[in-house]
Amino acid sequence: MFARGLKRKYGDQEEGVEGFGTVPSYCLQRQSLLDMSLVKLQLCHMLVEPNLCRSVLIANTVRQIQEEMSRDGVWHGMAPQNVEQRAPIDRLVSTEILCRTARGTDGEHPTPELEDDPLQSSASELPIVSSAQGQRNPQSSLWEMDNPQENRGSFQKSLDQIFETLENKSPSSVEELFSDVDSSYYDLDTVLTGMMSGTKPSLCNGLESFAAAPPPPSSTCKSDLAELDHVVEILVET
Amino acid sequence: MKCFSRYLPYIFRPPNTILSSSCHTEADIISTVEFNHTGELLATGDKGGRVVIFQREQEVLLEEQTPAVVLGSVLRVLKSHLPSFQSKNQVHRRGEYNVYSTFQSHEPEFDYLKSLEIEEKINKIRWLPQQNAAYFLLSTNDKTVKLWKVSERDKRPEGYNLKDEEGRLRDPATITTLRVPVLRPMDLMVEATPRRVFANAHTYHINSISVNSDYETYMSADDLRINLWNFEITNQSFNIVDIKPANMEELTEVITAAEFHPHHCNTFVYSSSKGTIRLCDMRASALCDRHTKFFEEPEDPSNRSFFSEIISSISDVKFSHSGRYIMTRDYLTVKVWDLNMENRPIETYQVHDYLRSKLCSLYENDCIFDKFECVWNGSDSVIMTGSYNNFFRMFDRNTKRDVTLEASRENSKPRAILKPRKVCVGGKRRKDEISVDSLDFSKKILHTAWHPSENIIAVAATNNLYIFQDKVN
Repeated sequence: MFARGLKRKYGDQEEGVEGFGTVPSYCLQRQSLLDMSLVKLQLCHMLVEPNLCRSVLIANTVRQIQEEMSRDGVWHGMAPQNVEQRAPIDRLVSTEILCRTARGTDGEHPTPELEDDPLQSSASELPIVSSAQGQRNPQSSLWEMDNPQENRGSFQKSLDQIFETLENKSPSSVEELFSDVDSSYYDLDTVLTGMMSGTKPSLCNGLESFAAAPPPPSSTCKSDLAELDHVVEILVET
Repeated sequence: MKCFSRYLPYIFRPPNTILSSSCHTEADIISTVEFNHTGELLATGDKGGRVVIFQREQEVLLEEQTPAVVLGSVLRVLKSHLPSFQSKNQVHRRGEYNVYSTFQSHEPEFDYLKSLEIEEKINKIRWLPQQNAAYFLLSTNDKTVKLWKVSERDKRPEGYNLKDEEGRLRDPATITTLRVPVLRPMDLMVEATPRRVFANAHTYHINSISVNSDYETYMSADDLRINLWNFEITNQSFNIVDIKPANMEELTEVITAAEFHPHHCNTFVYSSSKGTIRLCDMRASALCDRHTKFFEEPEDPSNRSFFSEIISSISDVKFSHSGRYIMTRDYLTVKVWDLNMENRPIETYQVHDYLRSKLCSLYENDCIFDKFECVWNGSDSVIMTGSYNNFFRMFDRNTKRDVTLEASRENSKPRAILKPRKVCVGGKRRKDEISVDSLDFSKKILHTAWHPSENIIAVAATNNLYIFQDKVN
């Protein structure tokens, strides 16, 4: 694991993917932390009600990471500024607008690990949901509590319904809000494994697969899937 | 080696008593420890839903040394040699704690509506002040609070007129005389009976209970709500705090602990996962969503990281006995706050700051979510809290000295003084020090208790309970 806690480093853009023995770049560490957090939220004991405090803390951490990633994604390449003093709401709004116009252009928001990504949907787009972008990562809707005006897609509406249902049934767990995402999250395994083996972390490939049809889950996920199916079944039956 | 007697007013002797289960299952993990108001009784709750109460022996002057006593099959009591001698022939036997009563407080349940199990683990035990010959305590798991009465029976009625010795009814035709049952002494029997069950009031997991100073009410707090109960009424409770957002998506903060003021029955505090403490006055309104005081320390920007919020989450809050201060425990520190000053604590003590550089690993293995408790001593001059590797820490508020002690059998020889421990952060490790990387994070001391008036402490190390007494003479 990392030798030290994560600290913000401005202008510290180490190039490319490191070989063994070097300290991972800040962005890599941050991404790894994000993935770890998402996995933690997913892997809960389905038998006993999960710990709400832990879930909330992990969810807040994920939100923080994504906010920072969106800020850095936008401001990358520009002079380091005291971005954290700006209100997150303003930041997200302007980022979203920027992302809309910047979509499809190359080299707009390069980060070291995304150099070869053809789609260029960088990490900065992750928290910014536009309903027009089709089937998005539904988890991201959680992070847009600051931007309610953007989440009016039909997909979002169905999510709201699910959340309300969840609230009536088992409101105590934030991660149950993610249970609807089910199998697409198991791509985190491939993303994480991809990272650990030192290959180029296909960050956007992982993200794309959230939008694309989920690949068949690995055998290790089968039992988790069964449990999730069970939970979803219960939810649907209400 | 330095003699710490000069720094701390007491030196804790190694275990007079270590009590542990003979079988080490997960159900035996101690989940709460609490002395009663006189210190005569010590209650522990475990993950299997059991409560074990220990009672302190009366202090006795003995002629000669008595051998160690081994108790029954469930608990094995290891006693060291008797404490310090006063003279050659007479031994002053200090009161030691023996098992007084054991009962099953909570059973595992299944919530059919949510298809989820409800753990029987005892989260908290709180004693009521004694008002008659019986003892009363509250014990709670995640969902249900129970009031238990623990009473002694040492007499038995004998000589019933209408029943024979086995309790069967006698044939009325054979009864020719009248006699009244007489109470005869019997072996002491301690029985625990559930007197009240306070159920179905909490959607989320109960983390705290606190008896009010009016001795008529108590509160139970879960992640999002706090309820006020009357001891006599089990089918109703008042909701006094509700922080559940209308939209659960917006949930970012939960309640982590709550406690009543020790003297003012209208005042209580609750802590949150964002490191804040709110003091509420129940006279202000029925629903205390608007706090009277708000305690928060501004964040240190130089120490900011992704884990800042997690490590600021308060795991325990305790009023001082005086009622003037509150103590909070977050992951790395213990803080003492003056009720009259909201913008920052008056004292901050580092429990294990060497973990600050390991937060990522501790996040990965979930240790960062461990909830440590903290306690005051009887005079509010010393505070104590647990750490990893079976270490626990004491801080003297007056002298500003602190000490790290270890609760383990190997390092605690009978009649020897507990040796202070030290964690070596970097560089050269001295002989008795332990390096940070050698710490055992599975051995955590989350629950400790301090006798209300004497220097006796109870330390729960996984499934072992250690009771330390300070050296006398």
